[in-house]
Amino acid sequence: MIFLTRKAEFSSAHYYWNDSWSPEENLRVFGKCANRNGHGHNYILEVTVSGSVDPTSGFVVDLKELKDILEREVVSVYDHRHLNLEVPEFKSTVPTTENIAIAIWQRLDNKIPHAKLHRVRVYEMPDLFADYYGER
Amino acid sequence: MKAYLSRRYHFSASHRLHSEAYDAARNSAVFGKCNNPHGHGHNYAVQVTLSGQVDPATGMVCDLGELDAFAQTNLLDRLDHTNLNTLDCFANKVSTTENLSMEIYRIFKGFTAAHLERVRVEETSNNSFDYAGEETSAPGLI
Repeated sequence: MIFLTRKAEFSSAHYYWNDSWSPEENLRVFGKCANRNGHGHNYILEVTVSGSVDPTSGFVVDLKELKDILEREVVSVYDHRHLNLEVPEFKSTVPTTENIAIAIWQRLDNKIPHAKLHRVRVYEMPDLFADYYGER
Repeated sequence: MKAYLSRRYHFSASHRLHSEAYDAARNSAVFGKCNNPHGHGHNYAVQVTLSGQVDPATGMVCDLGELDAFAQTNLLDRLDHTNLNTLDCFANKVSTTENLSMEIYRIFKGFTAAHLERVRVEETSNNSFDYAGEETSAPGLI
């Protein structure tokens, strides 16, 4: 079993807001992240897949194919977009780093041929990142 | 859904590797230049990994502001710009990064808003140490 990790980057705007709370409660819980004009980050995505090495190709997965899947399923949807306003899954969930990792997992699950999705890691900043392993 | 949140903190401190159980020659042989009596220092990086269910209301494992405030009070205010050997926790222990990792793990066990999975301490960009508690044989999830 080999673990293979591919990175991708996207730059997006977002804000933290829970519609069922008052503006005061949103500001109290989310602080400056609740600014409705939004703010943004350069996100770094690391996708780790696991699988066996194909004896003929020496690959776990075709890296070009994996790159294209990440581009199609995630980067083209998130990059230079406002996550709250333009990405469907964040109409109803707060686009925290944790929820972005979960959403990317759901976008990629069962989409990668010959390999098993093992981990989605999303860096919001070099000093803050979230991991999701598909656990309920 | 269970997610893992990792946060990194940075502090600078001096130390000296020296054991009272060894004589001078043995200290020098074991610890090399790290045994210099005047000490030396590092820019340490600490990576703390916490896990928990993502709160559907906030989208968070735990409040990052609370974690940062805890780290400021219990880690950075205590260790940053200090000589580690002068701290109580190293009164009877060599201030190696192994022992430092265990001490920092003990510190973050006091943060109860999420489950502490692992502490990684990077002494330089070329060496790092992970501690996930005694009951964990593996250094954590890949």
